[in-house]
Amino acid sequence: MTVELGHMALILAFALAIAQSILPVLGAARGDSRLMATGDVSSVGICLFIGISFAALVWAYAASDFSVVNVWQNSHSLKPMLFKITGTWGNHEGSMLLWVLILAVFAAAVSVFGKSLPEKLRANVQGVQGWMLATFLLFILLTSNPFLRQVAPMEGQDLNPILQDIGLAIHPPMLYLGYVGFSITFAFAIAALMEGRLDAAWARWVRPWALAAWLFLTAGISMGSYWAYYELGWGGWWFWDPVENASLLPWLSGTALLHSALVMEKRDALKIWTVLLAILTFSLSLLGTFLVRSGVLTSVHTFATDPSRGLFILAILALFVGGALFLFVLRANSLQAGGLFAPVSREGALVLNNILLSTAAATVLVGTLYPVLYEAATSALSPTGEGAKISVGPPFFNLTFGPLMIPLLMAMPLGPLLAWKRGDLLGVAQRLMFVLGAAILAIILAYGFIEGGPILAPLGIGLAVWLILGSLAELWTRANFAKTGLAVGLRRLAGLPKTAWSTAGAHLGVGVMLLGIVMVTAYETETVATLKPGESVQINSYEVRFDGLVPANGSNFTGQGANLAILRNGVEVDRALPSKRFYPARQMPTTEAAINAFGPSHLYISVGDVLQDGSVALRIWWKPWVTLIWLGTIIMVLAGFYSLSDRRLRIGLPQQARKPKKADAHAA
Amino acid sequence: MLRKASHHSRVWSQPASWVGFAAFILVLLVQPQTALADDDRTKALFNELRCVVCQNQSIAESDADVAKDLREIVREQIGAGKTDSQIKTFLVDRYGEFILLKPVLSWHTALLWLAPALFLLFSVLLLIRRFSSRSVAIDDRLNAQEEQELKSLLKEKT
Repeated sequence: MTVELGHMALILAFALAIAQSILPVLGAARGDSRLMATGDVSSVGICLFIGISFAALVWAYAASDFSVVNVWQNSHSLKPMLFKITGTWGNHEGSMLLWVLILAVFAAAVSVFGKSLPEKLRANVQGVQGWMLATFLLFILLTSNPFLRQVAPMEGQDLNPILQDIGLAIHPPMLYLGYVGFSITFAFAIAALMEGRLDAAWARWVRPWALAAWLFLTAGISMGSYWAYYELGWGGWWFWDPVENASLLPWLSGTALLHSALVMEKRDALKIWTVLLAILTFSLSLLGTFLVRSGVLTSVHTFATDPSRGLFILAILALFVGGALFLFVLRANSLQAGGLFAPVSREGALVLNNILLSTAAATVLVGTLYPVLYEAATSALSPTGEGAKISVGPPFFNLTFGPLMIPLLMAMPLGPLLAWKRGDLLGVAQRLMFVLGAAILAIILAYGFIEGGPILAPLGIGLAVWLILGSLAELWTRANFAKTGLAVGLRRLAGLPKTAWSTAGAHLGVGVMLLGIVMVTAYETETVATLKPGESVQINSYEVRFDGLVPANGSNFTGQGANLAILRNGVEVDRALPSKRFYPARQMPTTEAAINAFGPSHLYISVGDVLQDGSVALRIWWKPWVTLIWLGTIIMVLAGFYSLSDRRLRIGLPQQARKPKKADAHAA
Repeated sequence: MLRKASHHSRVWSQPASWVGFAAFILVLLVQPQTALADDDRTKALFNELRCVVCQNQSIAESDADVAKDLREIVREQIGAGKTDSQIKTFLVDRYGEFILLKPVLSWHTALLWLAPALFLLFSVLLLIRRFSSRSVAIDDRLNAQEEQELKSLLKEKT
């Protein structure tokens, strides 16, 4: 009964979405306030109904109701309750329902928080959101309905064991909050194009939403990376896997959007480009959804054998992206170009940021799609219909993406120090002299004191130091301790706008992340050893001793763990229990690595084969400073949250006239 | 792991040593891969070869049997004195280009390899056009609001 209720609610939501697609837009065209106001009601209603529907599915999973096909396919009565619930979105149908639920939450958020938006703009935004809701609800109802029933079997088929993990409980919802969050900026862009009105106020409304989406996406990608790191068992943190690339693409263009929206808000420039980025970012989110959901990435053939879902999403993609770009081409010329600026200026630096980020996005896009398109093209041309397969893997991306990031990172500390309109590069360079000196010192020290590793690695360390200290340079110069003394300097620091702090914080996070990446990539060591009980192996300054095998079973798996002692200078400092598991329901083995943290570094141990004589094969990595990679992203996310709490960015609040800062007046 | 670096300061003050250092880096950058130690070469090759049955893993990462066999083949061939490109050709003949994680540069991958450069070139051209046509006169004048702010600032100062 609950399941049928969920199904009904989904259909009702679809009906409401149809209404929202038409009425507010019609109202905006006719100038009818009552029609426009319907959007406020319908968006909240849709959100409510999809919420009920989602809750019903979660209930079916919690209760292990195997008469629901979706639950039977992806759950098991012996699975721990937490994973029963998170399993709701561990499969195609459930995750699409979550996707559309988040879309509805954001649509309702515009209605609730956007009271001060101009009436017409709000109605058009709601209309565009209605179109998206209606199409995706139709997609779920027609091709991916999670509420289909069957005669109940005794037991479920269980969830893919590598997905039974707390990381997966939070990672997809975060990622979706990011993906779908950009639907708001997309809706704003389309609404602005429909109305033909685009001003700095538009950018002020859009920026907090873009920022919110960006920080969820950052958190989601970071969590996904950490999940892959500890769950997949060979200690990589980024694989250039197509699925990862699908999430990186909107992140790259979303980051560009965030920066160009800043220019538009402050200087009324880069308008057309900002709107295009808003459209492209959500298009890339949709593309990511298509790539992951259609199965086209694993093989063109799986796509061809069951094309209904893939073709439907492809049609949605073509409709929204094609339609948006068509509208853009029609209207872009009528938008007035705004403020002018010299090439060397804050705007110029942000343009450079945009060019490099979007080139990077284009590179990742081409690299991800090339094998798929190549296979499709060759199979269409060949008489047998068999396509040629090529791989585009990490070496390609490292060779192309890396060189694009280097100038971006080198220029990053300069940007915030340049003045708007026309900057003084020499003056900025002078202010960064100390930072440059520190970076060069770091390079020399790294060459002098670190043995081994690639010859260019110390340059990477220098770049990270340049970024970390350079990010703080703006705060430092604005506080001006040297001239004003400690007390005034501190007071000035406290009086700085939140955006200055969050810019510094976000850039600092990038530096910290880079330091982790360079350290672990350049100085990681690995050893493989087969040990009998009592034997040990040396890695870095640690010794790992094998004390025998122990059983490590759970409610729905059996397992064997290697009981290990970690010693330093002969003294035991930690214990580890890496294990191998076997999940009978899916007949699948998994590897559970042991991760022992020593400061920011990890000793990463995974179990290979267990031999007849009781000896065990171990693969051990020393991963220096690896934690900094995720620490950096955490700093970036926190900086984003801090910026979002800025009163000046608060959605819907009228902009206060800027008053001269007290601290500045004092100093003058 | 630690090494003394006491003579650095004296050495680095001489311009000649900077030139030498730059030349040293250059040599390291252009030297052929065969000059690397066999161990590093093996590792680098492992990272460029795909475990053909896995989702998206190199043979350096994978525990699959195919990956073990491939690692063995690569080790044997390096032992037999084959160059990297000979080993790759051997594997491509057997498994197809699918095995190369770093695609070859050829007519059918030209678009892939050139994409970043083309895109960058395109955006730089757009940018040059924009600045050459419009930035002749930079608007340094203040608008009404800025004028107001300036006045109030000046007032506070005096």
